Amino acid sequence: MSAHHHDHEFYIPTGSIWPPVSCLGAGLAALGFIAHLHMQPALIGNLAMGVGGLILIMAVFQWFFTLVNEARHRGFGAGMVPLVLDLANRYGMIFFIVSEVMFFAAFFSAYFFLRMHNPEWPPANIKTLPIDLPVINTLLLLTSGATITMAHHSLLTNHRANATLFTFLTWQLGIIFLFCQGFEYHHAAYTISSGVYGTVFFMLTGFHGFHVLLGSLMLMFLHWRLTKGDFTRHNHFYFEGAAWYWHFVDVVWIGLFLFIYVL
Amino acid sequence: MATAAHATPRKGFMYYLTTVNHKDIGRMYMMSSLIFFFLAGCMALVIRAELAEPGYQFVDGAFFNQMTAMHATFMIFFAIIPGLIGFGNYFVPIMIGSPDMAFPRLNNWSFWIMPFSAMLMLGSLFVPGGSDAAGWTVYPPLTSAAFSPGAGMDMWILAVHLAGASSILGAINFIVTILNMRAPGMSLFKMPLFPWAMLITAWLQLVATPVLAGAVTMLLCDRNFGTAFFNPAGGGDPVLFQHIFWFYSHPAVYIMILPVFGMVSDIISTHSRKPPFGYHSMVWALVAIAVLGQMVWAHHMYSVGMSIPAQMGFMIMTMFIAVPTGIKVFNWMATMWGGSIAFTTAMKFAIGFVILFTIGGLSGVVLASAPVDYMMQDTYYVVAHIHYVFVTGSYFGIMAAIYHWFPKMSGRLLSERIGRWHFWLSFISVNITFFPMHFLGMMGMPRRIADYNPVYADLNMLCSVGAFIFGTTQLLLVINILYSRKYGKKAGANPWGGITLEWTNTSSPPHEHNFEKLPVWNHDEAYPVELYAKTKPTV
Ligand SMILES: [Cu+2]
Repeated sequence: MSAHHHDHEFYIPTGSIWPPVSCLGAGLAALGFIAHLHMQPALIGNLAMGVGGLILIMAVFQWFFTLVNEARHRGFGAGMVPLVLDLANRYGMIFFIVSEVMFFAAFFSAYFFLRMHNPEWPPANIKTLPIDLPVINTLLLLTSGATITMAHHSLLTNHRANATLFTFLTWQLGIIFLFCQGFEYHHAAYTISSGVYGTVFFMLTGFHGFHVLLGSLMLMFLHWRLTKGDFTRHNHFYFEGAAWYWHFVDVVWIGLFLFIYVL
Repeated sequence: MATAAHATPRKGFMYYLTTVNHKDIGRMYMMSSLIFFFLAGCMALVIRAELAEPGYQFVDGAFFNQMTAMHATFMIFFAIIPGLIGFGNYFVPIMIGSPDMAFPRLNNWSFWIMPFSAMLMLGSLFVPGGSDAAGWTVYPPLTSAAFSPGAGMDMWILAVHLAGASSILGAINFIVTILNMRAPGMSLFKMPLFPWAMLITAWLQLVATPVLAGAVTMLLCDRNFGTAFFNPAGGGDPVLFQHIFWFYSHPAVYIMILPVFGMVSDIISTHSRKPPFGYHSMVWALVAIAVLGQMVWAHHMYSVGMSIPAQMGFMIMTMFIAVPTGIKVFNWMATMWGGSIAFTTAMKFAIGFVILFTIGGLSGVVLASAPVDYMMQDTYYVVAHIHYVFVTGSYFGIMAAIYHWFPKMSGRLLSERIGRWHFWLSFISVNITFFPMHFLGMMGMPRRIADYNPVYADLNMLCSVGAFIFGTTQLLLVINILYSRKYGKKAGANPWGGITLEWTNTSSPPHEHNFEKLPVWNHDEAYPVELYAKTKPTV
C-alpha cells in the first residue's frame, strides 16, 4: 500500500475496544434499570445495573486513558498537536455543551409552563426553603468560576504550581456546593412527589447537581493530569474543555437561582 | 500523522466491533437499517392485514395498538434515521475530501449503542403487558403508570434515551467533520448539497434530540418516581408533554427528509449531467426549512386548546415552510430542464420522489390550516400525509441513493432490469396503498383503531392489497443487492459521469482512507461545469 497517509495532516486514531464495551455497559445498566423497576427479586436488576454501570465507567475511563496516552505520546509543545485535531476537539466540546443547554432548556420550559398554568406559585401546601444556602451556593460557584480562570491564567504564564492549586480549589468548591445542596435537600419540607413544585425543584436542581458532579470529576481528572506534567501553555485543550463545561454549569445555576429561588 | 494500522485487517466480528473506518460504520448502519425496515414493514403488514376487513380478524385491539406504535417507532428510530446516517457516514467524508469522520471512535460508539437500544425496544413487545400501545407519540395520560403499568413502556423510554444519545453524539460528529475536515480550497459554499443537507440535519438533531430526552425523562419520572410533570392531580399538565415532544418531533420530520433533499439534489444533477439549478437557493432553502421547522411544533396540537392568535401564528409559520420547499421542488425540475437525462433506476426513484413527495407536502399545507385540522386530526388523512412524506419521501430518496451509490460502495452496478421492476411496482403500489387514505380520512375514519365502520371497507381492502404488493416488491431490493454484489456489471470509478469527489477522485469501492492523495478543491463552485467535459458516463 502506498504512503497515502503521509501527505496530509489528518489524524485517524486506531480502532479501540472501549467504545463498544462502554455501549455494553450502558445497555446492561439500562436493562438492569428496567428489571429494578419491574422485576422481583430486586437483586437481579440491582446487580445488572451495578455491573453495567461499572463496565460503563471502566470503559469510559479506559477510553480517556487511551486518549491521554496518545496525547502524551504526541507531546504538548508548540506545534505538536495537529491543528485539525485541536480544532475538532474544541468544536466538539462546544457542540456537546449546546446539546446540554438544550437538555436543560426542556426542563426550564417545563418549569415556566407549569408555573404559568398554576394559579398560585409556590402552591399553598409548599413551605419554601430559606434563601441563605442558595446565596452561599451562588457565591461558591461564582468563586469557582474565578478560580478556574485564574488556573487558566497561571497555565498561560507558565506557573504550573498555581494552575494546579487553583484547579484543586475549583473542584473543592464544586464538592462543597454539592454538600450544601445535599444539606438543603435534607431539610426541605417537601419531596419530589409533593406535586409540581417538588417535581420541578428537585428535577432541575437535581440534574444541575449531577452536572456539577460531572464537572467536578472532570476537574479532578484535570488536577491529576496537571500534577503529571501534562499540558503546556501552547496545548491544553482538555483544560479549556473542562473550564468551558464548568462555566456552563455555573451559568445554569445562575438561571436556577434566579428563577427558582429568587423570582 | 496517521497512526492507523495499514496492514489489511481480517474483517471478522472483532474488526467490525472496533472499527473506526467511516465506510464500515456507514455500511453497518445501512445494513441494520435495512433489517429494521423489513421488521417494521412486517408490523405494517400486520396492521394492514387486520384492517383489510372490518371487525377483528387476526389480532386483538391491544396487540394492534402495539403494532401501530412499534411500526412507527422502528421505522423512525431504527430504519429511516440510521439509514440516512449510514449514507452520511459513508459519503459525507468522501464528498468533502476527508479521509474519515472527525471523531472515528465516537462514530463507532454511536453505531454500537444502537443494538442495545433495539434490544430494549424489541424486548418491550415480549414482557408482560406488552409494549407501548399509545402510538409513537406516547402521550400521557395513556402512557402514565395508571394506564400503561407494564415494563414495556419504560423499555420504550430507555431505548429512546440510548438512540437519542447515539443521535446527539453522531450529530456532533457530523457537524465537526463538515466544519473542520473539508479539503483545502473547499469553502462551505463549494460543498455539494448532500453534505450541506447533513450539516443542517445534524444541527437539528443536536438541538432537538436533547429536548426529546428531556420529555421522556420526565415521563419516566412521572411513571416511577412520583413526579407530577404531566399529572393534573399534582398540578401538572399532559399538554406540557405534547409541547416538549413536538418540539423534537416536528424537527424530526426534517431530520428524516432534509438528507433526502440533499441526496436527491445530487442524484438529479448527476443523472441530468447538469449542476443543480440554484445552488445557493438550495442551501438557503435548507436553512430556512430548518429554522422555520423549529418554530412550528404546536401545529400538532391545535385541538388541545390554544388561543386563536397562537393557532394563527403556528398556522402561518407552518404554511411558510411551503415556500422554501417549493423552491427546492422547482429547482429540481429546473435542474432536469435541458439536461441530458439518463433514466436509470436511481433517477426514476428521484423523479418519483419529486412527484410524490410534493403530494405529501401539499397535504401538509392542508393539515397546517387550523380549521381544516380540527376536522382531519386523528383521521386517516394524517396517516396518508405522513406516509407520503416518509415512504414516497424518505424511502424513495433512500432507494434512489442506493441505486446511485451502490456501485461506488461495491464496485458493481445494481441490476437495472430488477431495478425497473422494483421502481414501477413500488411506484404503483405505494399509491394504491396510501392515496385512498386521503379519502378515508375525509370520510372520517379514525386512525390507530383495529375495527371500523363497514362503510370504509372497500377502500381499506384496496389499501391492504397495495400494502402487500408494496411490501413484497421490496424483496426485489434484497434480491438485487445479493445478486449484483456478485454478478453485477463492473461499475468503474465513475459510472454515471458524476463530478463530485466520490466519483472523480477515488476508485469503486473507495480506497481504505478514501483517496490515494487527498484532494484539493481548485474550483470556484461546488459543481464546476467544466468537469462535465472530463467525465463521461460509462453505462
Ligand atoms: Cu409537524
